Amino acid sequence: MVVGPGTSVSDQVPVGREPAEAESAPGKVIEGRSLGRIAWTRLKRDKVAMGGGVVVILLILMAIFAPLIVKWIGYDPNAFHPETIDPATQQPTSSFPFGPFDPKHWMGVDLPFGRDIFSRVVYGSRISLLIAFLATLLSVLIGATLGVIAGYFGGWVDTVISRAMDVFLAFPILVFAIAIAGVVPDKAFGLQGDALRIVLLIFVIGFFNWAYIARIVRGQTLSLREREFVDAARSLGARSGYVILREMLPNLIAPILVYTTLLIPSNILFEAALSFLGVGVRPPTATWGGMLSEAVHYYTTPHFMFWPGMAIFLTVLAFNLFGDGLRDALDPKNR
Amino acid sequence: MKLKSVGVIAVSVALVAGAASCSGNNGGGGDSSSSTTKNEFNAALTKVFNPSDKKGGDMKFAISSDWDSVDPGDTYYGLSWNLARLYTRALTMFKVAPGDESSQLVGDLAQGLGQSSDGGKTWTYKLRAGLKYEDGSPITSKDVAYGVSRSLEKGVLVNGPTYFNDFLDLKGYKGPYTSKGKTNPAIETPDDTTIIFHLNKPFAGFDYFAMLPATAPVPQAKDTGAKYKQHVVSSGPYMFKTYAAGKGFTLVRNPNWDPATDPNRKALPDSYSVEIGANADDIDQRIISGGLDADIAGTGVQPAALSQVLGQPALKARADNPLAARINYTSINPQIAPLTKKDCRAAIEYAADKTAYQQAYGGPLAGGKIATGLMPPQIPGYQQLNVWPDGTDNKGDVTKAKEALAACGQPNGFATNIAYRAERPKEKAVAEALQQSLGRVGIKLTLKPFPVGDYFALYAGKPSYRNGNNLGLMVNSWGADWNDGFGFLSQIVDGRVIRDTGGSSNLSVNIPEVNNMIDQAIVEQDVNKRNADWAAIDKRVMEEAVVLPGVWASQVTLRGTRTTNVFVNQAFGMYDWTTMGIQ
Repeated sequence: MVVGPGTSVSDQVPVGREPAEAESAPGKVIEGRSLGRIAWTRLKRDKVAMGGGVVVILLILMAIFAPLIVKWIGYDPNAFHPETIDPATQQPTSSFPFGPFDPKHWMGVDLPFGRDIFSRVVYGSRISLLIAFLATLLSVLIGATLGVIAGYFGGWVDTVISRAMDVFLAFPILVFAIAIAGVVPDKAFGLQGDALRIVLLIFVIGFFNWAYIARIVRGQTLSLREREFVDAARSLGARSGYVILREMLPNLIAPILVYTTLLIPSNILFEAALSFLGVGVRPPTATWGGMLSEAVHYYTTPHFMFWPGMAIFLTVLAFNLFGDGLRDALDPKNR
Repeated sequence: MKLKSVGVIAVSVALVAGAASCSGNNGGGGDSSSSTTKNEFNAALTKVFNPSDKKGGDMKFAISSDWDSVDPGDTYYGLSWNLARLYTRALTMFKVAPGDESSQLVGDLAQGLGQSSDGGKTWTYKLRAGLKYEDGSPITSKDVAYGVSRSLEKGVLVNGPTYFNDFLDLKGYKGPYTSKGKTNPAIETPDDTTIIFHLNKPFAGFDYFAMLPATAPVPQAKDTGAKYKQHVVSSGPYMFKTYAAGKGFTLVRNPNWDPATDPNRKALPDSYSVEIGANADDIDQRIISGGLDADIAGTGVQPAALSQVLGQPALKARADNPLAARINYTSINPQIAPLTKKDCRAAIEYAADKTAYQQAYGGPLAGGKIATGLMPPQIPGYQQLNVWPDGTDNKGDVTKAKEALAACGQPNGFATNIAYRAERPKEKAVAEALQQSLGRVGIKLTLKPFPVGDYFALYAGKPSYRNGNNLGLMVNSWGADWNDGFGFLSQIVDGRVIRDTGGSSNLSVNIPEVNNMIDQAIVEQDVNKRNADWAAIDKRVMEEAVVLPGVWASQVTLRGTRTTNVFVNQAFGMYDWTTMGIQ
């Protein structure tokens, strides 16, 4: 299920294509242009990645301002609109794009209660993005820390952490997620209801995905460790902590950042899969996966499936395009 | 429809009476009041649709999930009781006729209904002459006695009802496997055609027990216990040709079934093919296209096909909308605070939006009729109740609900949980509907899904679990074992069936007064008085506000493109599988 996104960020130092002639030169010649500035210049030139980035920003804004959006042009996502269901046929009277358009419910309403699909899709973005972002953050924190420790210290530390990575990579995370969602009580850790389920999902998705990023960071660290500037710092008497934080980490930011943007869409899909299987956030809270799962019973009315499916598709695509562009822009070889 | 290629001869379905009537073959609607050839919505609801006596053909049935067993002594599904009449014969059976007639009992193996003596504690049946098994050996009253005795063995045959265990005067007899060598003291067979049952308490409705498939004869030499379902020895018009557990089976004609001994069955097709485990949506589409003759689950089309069927006039003309003897309701747990107070429970009764409840099950046609009590209208003795008026439009009475909340000391509402079966999307929808409508008065519900397999055994059905986990509301559903007050209500309103170990369908009703009323109704010999007693029990239960009735279930079912003699047998709330033929 959750495989590390099929990224080209391998755990070797990328031996990618040679940088474009002009690009590498300014980076070295012009003093004062930071890595970030260079990357930004390159990213701006990549129209596809910028398009993805804009969609990502819009999605984040949509999630943050969901209550305001549905207040202006929507409804409470859980409110029933029985008047929109034809009692004789049990069909919604409004089901754009596969049926008549209704300006009040422009994505149509669902069955059996006639809840506004637009409002539910908007609210669904909150759960999807919140869980995906925080789970990714958790993975990155654990993965980067352990990866850099394993790579830098080597020896038995590396062995222990690497074996732990192997264990986590082999872990049947979907089965585990289903099992844990089934046994978790209503109240735990001072939380209850949706909040508890969200925290649980973040933990499950985040905690079991750190091994991928740890491998990449470890690989990068292994090669960085042998570089001259690290040797120089060490021979000047720098302690390990200083070397890791000041010498290594700035050079690891790029792969971590790239990997993060590519892990987010994978986590969005995983959250959707869990909600689809009914072990995510409990109904009636709107989630994209949950909406898809409900839509399956009404496959003759495809717009139920179309909109949440579209939302997942667009979100994942936007993150992937942006992540790809970011990787090209930050290609560590061009540092 | 391929109707026109066949010369249609309408035959009255009142087979027992033998009254036949004829209708023209080109008139559209039949002129007989009990049959019709007009393809329209509800054509087979109270009349026989497309009557015919043409024999032959292979009837194709399918179902999406397997039922408990084809063993007549080990089955508790309505569809199975309906289907078992093809390959077994019980002592009595519901009259094979459309409309209200099908709630009457007639003799099947027995010549007629039972004769009671000893104030209803002794029941005697006389068998017909010339009855034979599929191998030609004669069926005697001892075989019927053996069939009933083996059904007592709940350790081996776990699924069937326990009425014989509860009512026969067994004197410690456990069944032929456990009490080897002993004879059942409760059943006497003085000769090969007489069988006498002795009960431990008077029971006026014993003819209903005699209708149970467990009274079908089983030859003791062929009984293999739990494995008997692999080859049930036929006493009916069809016998098993193949049987693959969980996949399906085929039935072919039983050469030793003599129509002269059986006035109730038509036995038109040459064979039946039953496919088990097909995709439910696929079944609907195959019936629509004509590849299948019926979905034997009898629970109606899936939501996806529903909008298709109701939206297209040509398909709607092939549909029927039978009312099942089933109530979809929600149990209100009076054991946990603040629902221990009657006014708090009353607030739920008032605040619930019944139209949303109905919508959760698929609207007025596929969902059912809004219920005001437990007992559905087709049960004899039914009385319209209005204990908790829910507003003029059934959307709930918010004002009265708030008054009730104030009276119970929770003017701002309270919080509790609602349990439902996770695998049932309609029950999830009910939980969501109640969450919305009770939320209007400040009653906050948290949804708690549980796996369907252990819902009664470990969760909602187990008193220690439901009380310990604050399950204030529990979505529930109940279908009649048969259409009378006892068959419908006894298992869900008798407080004595609640067991600490779990498993009972009764989740909330334990009222001493009601328990006494049940004891009185059971021994009442006068049918009309008895029916009135059960109606009074229904009302008394409603007054305690421990159940929130939702809808009396109905469903939208599709007739096949080539089936004849189709009608809804009200006893089962679905098409009668014994009379359908192929044109």
